[in-house]
Amino acid sequence: MRLQLEIAVARAAGRLSRLAGRGGGTTLPGKILAALDPRALRTLAQRLPRGSALVSATNGKTTTAAIVAEILGGRVRLAHNRAGANLVSGVASALLAAPDAELGLFEVDEGAFPDVVGRIRPHAVCLGNLFRDQLDRYGELELVAERWRSALAELDAGATAIVNVDDPLLADIARGRANLLRFGLDDPTAARERLPHAADSKYCRSCGAPYTYRAAYVGHLGDYACPGCGEERPPLDVAARSIVLSGLESAAFDLVTPQGTRRVSLPLPGLYNVYNAVAAASLALVLGASLDDVEAGLARFRAAFGRFERIPSGDKAVLLLLIKNPAGANEVVRTLVADGGPRVAVVALNDNIADGRDVSWIWDVDFEPLAEGLERLVVTGGRAHELALRFKYGGVPPERIEVVADLERALDRGLELTPRGAELVVLPTYTAMLALRRIAVARGLARPYWEEAA
Amino acid sequence: MKPKIVVGHLYPDYLNIYADRGNIAVLERRAAWRGIGFDYRTIGLGEEANPDEHDLYYVGGGQDREQALVAPDLATKGESLREAVAGGAAFLAVCGGYQLLGRFYRGRSGAELPGIGLLPQHTVAGERRMIGDVLLECELEPGHRRTLAGFENHAGRTYLDEGAEPLGRVVAGFGNNGEDGVEGSRFGSALGTYLHGPLLPRNPWLADWLIGKALARRLGEPPDLEPLPDDFESSAQRVSAERARARGGRF
Repeated sequence: MRLQLEIAVARAAGRLSRLAGRGGGTTLPGKILAALDPRALRTLAQRLPRGSALVSATNGKTTTAAIVAEILGGRVRLAHNRAGANLVSGVASALLAAPDAELGLFEVDEGAFPDVVGRIRPHAVCLGNLFRDQLDRYGELELVAERWRSALAELDAGATAIVNVDDPLLADIARGRANLLRFGLDDPTAARERLPHAADSKYCRSCGAPYTYRAAYVGHLGDYACPGCGEERPPLDVAARSIVLSGLESAAFDLVTPQGTRRVSLPLPGLYNVYNAVAAASLALVLGASLDDVEAGLARFRAAFGRFERIPSGDKAVLLLLIKNPAGANEVVRTLVADGGPRVAVVALNDNIADGRDVSWIWDVDFEPLAEGLERLVVTGGRAHELALRFKYGGVPPERIEVVADLERALDRGLELTPRGAELVVLPTYTAMLALRRIAVARGLARPYWEEAA
Repeated sequence: MKPKIVVGHLYPDYLNIYADRGNIAVLERRAAWRGIGFDYRTIGLGEEANPDEHDLYYVGGGQDREQALVAPDLATKGESLREAVAGGAAFLAVCGGYQLLGRFYRGRSGAELPGIGLLPQHTVAGERRMIGDVLLECELEPGHRRTLAGFENHAGRTYLDEGAEPLGRVVAGFGNNGEDGVEGSRFGSALGTYLHGPLLPRNPWLADWLIGKALARRLGEPPDLEPLPDDFESSAQRVSAERARARGGRF
């Protein structure tokens, strides 16, 4: 009886938050519920007849969870935090918003993952990658990994861990687990020539010697082996083979699974999205989807807000590509350059808590290949000048760099520089992306992300 | 003949966590824009640091694991590096590298990891991390007051020896230990600091100071470095300094 009342109060708060224009009400109800009753999250999650699945990673968790939702289609009623509110409060809010859900599907912040595991008791967890990200907020990678190791050990015995073993750190924390599904890429022709500058976890987990890579795909993810002690990437249960990347439009690959092999295509660009697709397919199969469901869901998928989102603006368009850490930004740059690279770009750097207050990470991004083709660069956001320095010292002549700190003016300047019929590439950090979307919404060009998601 | 400086970057594969390559890029470009050659060499595990070879050394920060992997190797280079600094070589050590240049690092368990004693300080592990924007006031050359703006993120508390010179006075932020109001350490032309961001892009005067010291070692006399247009740099420093004043760390 008491819980019912608490739930009603928390839901009402979410509606008020929307009416007041404070956002989508994606975290407030959960915060209120947690304040009223710290055990409520567990109680709500236990009501789900098909249990819960969690997705965590430094990069790709919003996209991966969204692909899983697409694959499961309308056949399973989901409680899903698709607007990206991925702390405990966001998970609680998603549960509150879906009272008749059968299955919980939650992306979870890396730092919050152990806490959410403890409260929700998930039936499946999908771990995608760990890259250096917001050291001021999360601390060192190793610390995050050790907390994940403890969280995995705490999982119910019947729960399945779906782990990207191309990441040596994740392979290590999952080693020896009984219910384990290992996924990764298996196509050396899609590999990079060498590890990028910002590669993490380059040294053997067991003996400290540098790994040698038979193939390095994204950051330090790849097919590695230790010349010192012989430790190597474990065999894959689910893999992508014969990968074909088609510019900024799509990717296709052979999805190899214990249930069989399928040629699948995905209307998203880049190798990093192949990882997201393989992660999502693996989790969906564990959750009971068929290979037909997987194939159809991947083909139908549309990018999550701000992640490769096209927003039309008159006779031009804006292409929003979220950047938030070196590994993710490197893949965005690589995908843009593979397509020829833009001549005009807007890059936006904020330093709010959700972006990371420490902006030093932009120096670990390999922006140089992008810089080569730029005729004009507009830098914007609270730390626009740091970006100007990043590109100046990266080789872009200062006279090609325009600092326009105000996001809306920067967007308009970028559009002004974009020829009719062409697309303006915009690379924002998280809060800059949300602010740019709000501008697009105010102009009637896009829908609010919580509606987009609904 | 075009002058050049030889730069030795210690363990770039291991200690690179806070965008240390940004510092190197700034040194390299600012040398190149003035027609000064920049001979960049890396010094890795098991490689010798010849005290006659380099005019400027750089060592960055790493995660605990990486720092532990390089510490024993650095110990073998300690004598050569001290000799190089005594001979006038410039040195910039950031974060983890700064700690390793001190006399020792005492971990939470009480166990001591020996440093190379190049800088007169030691570090003790603390409970709370000191994270945030920092603003310093420095006077590396008498009468020349300058500011440095950066970002700090460290659990170790560093204490200077009696009478040792810090890099600067803390205007905003934690500094070496959050207690004594100073940041970094200086010994001759060797500087250690917790400030990254990275440090040099938004504080180009310090990059020029290091290039000047390195050239002085190479040429035997202090050079006259021509000024460069630093509009973006000045603006970035101003914003970073504002951040430190508004939200720099304090206990």
